[in-house]
Amino acid sequence: MAVHLMRETDKLKKMVLSLAAHVEENVRAAVRSVIERDQALAYRTIETDHLIDIAEVDVEEECLKILALHQPVAHDLRYIVAMLKINRDLERIGDLAVSMAERAIQMIAKPKPKTTFDLGAMCELCEKQVSHSLDAMINRDANLAREIWLSEDDRIDTMMAEAFQKVETEIREHPENTEPLMNILSVARSLERIADHATNIAKDTIYMVEGEIVRHRKRKYREQMAAAQQNASPG
Amino acid sequence: MNDTPDAPPDITLKAINWNFYYGSNHALHDITMDIPRRQVTAFIGPSGCGKSTFLRCINRMNDLIDGVRAEGSLLLEDQELNSNDVDVIALRRRVGMVFQKSNPFPKSIYENVIYGLRIAGVNNKSVLDDTVERCLRKAALWDEVKDRLNHSALQLSGGQMQRLCIARCIAVNPDVILMDEPCSALDPLATSRVEDLIAELKQDFTIIIVTHNMQQAGRVSDLTAFFYMGKLIEMDKTQKLFTNPGKKQTEDYITGRFG
Repeated sequence: MAVHLMRETDKLKKMVLSLAAHVEENVRAAVRSVIERDQALAYRTIETDHLIDIAEVDVEEECLKILALHQPVAHDLRYIVAMLKINRDLERIGDLAVSMAERAIQMIAKPKPKTTFDLGAMCELCEKQVSHSLDAMINRDANLAREIWLSEDDRIDTMMAEAFQKVETEIREHPENTEPLMNILSVARSLERIADHATNIAKDTIYMVEGEIVRHRKRKYREQMAAAQQNASPG
Repeated sequence: MNDTPDAPPDITLKAINWNFYYGSNHALHDITMDIPRRQVTAFIGPSGCGKSTFLRCINRMNDLIDGVRAEGSLLLEDQELNSNDVDVIALRRRVGMVFQKSNPFPKSIYENVIYGLRIAGVNNKSVLDDTVERCLRKAALWDEVKDRLNHSALQLSGGQMQRLCIARCIAVNPDVILMDEPCSALDPLATSRVEDLIAELKQDFTIIIVTHNMQQAGRVSDLTAFFYMGKLIEMDKTQKLFTNPGKKQTEDYITGRFG
């Protein structure tokens, strides 16, 4: 029995869970600092990011240690490799939460600009995607992960395009509002990138569970699904 | 899954519904597999799973045991091995074997290498000299022993003796080399030499290796076959088997969660 390896992977799992919880918390705090114009929350997000950095290094060292000492194979190997990659995505999400918090501080210093772009909705969508991807990772749920990969991420991208369009028009109409509007766009960009990292986590979760690398294969996968559906429905 | 239909596989050895019995003990059940030419195939599985038994079927080593019986077909280059007509001596010239414990003869290094040729009646000195150099070079042993070819083989280190046995094995130019845990008695450095050698040898020979060391199977083989309780559970490209095995039993065995 691989008792030693199991003990090590359990330990790694706890470390990643704690890191993920912290990252999710900081995303939530950053979002609230923007939406509710809460300066204290923004500062807290910035100040606690170094703990995420430390945890990221710890997780990486743990993964390397397991690879070197236990030479895992099959699902054990896929688990460690997925954690190595997810670890990096989590840390980046933490950094993007900091960027958002920094923008929040600038935004709070100025009066709230009028915009038709619904930043709150985008925040909600992004937070949901992060929490879904972490749920998928924790519960080894490849179906949920596939849903994030195939549909949720597209919704965020659509919203980003909308943000560009609306903010551009509004800057043209109210050039005096350029700075706060640019801040909104910057926050939207951070949200989009956070969602991208959440999608990476979903893709690595699919690899971890099913052993298939799905990156760069979205279109092919959809074509296969469509073909399968067509074959399934007679006539 | 089978999305890489490269070139049609060139098969050296083919087993079709191969069953093997030690008296009433049914040791191998319906083994069907293809061993491709000039590749390394690793057999893995827990002790008593039948992998060594199957290996020994290939050069009919099991014939030496009373009460054995085989059913099915085992084809070496399309020649049926499960037949009374097989010239077992000739077969063993075509199917060389390297054992867990190196077994050099208590003779000189030189005589060990050409032992097979001497039996075959070759006495031409220059042919023998050439063979000794060629095989010792191929076995990556030449530089270490070229100045003492007439010394006793028993003076060599464990790793050197094992490479000498490999040199002796390839001197008769077999089609297949069977290796039954060839490194289990060697230290890591000697193991690594033998593993390097396996990579060299597969350019000329079809190699089948039984190993308990999963990392070794991963390092040296192109294909891996997992045996359990006398059955072939799964055989696939080594990379696939060790990253994403198709069967739960394989997964449990290679990740050490067995039983």
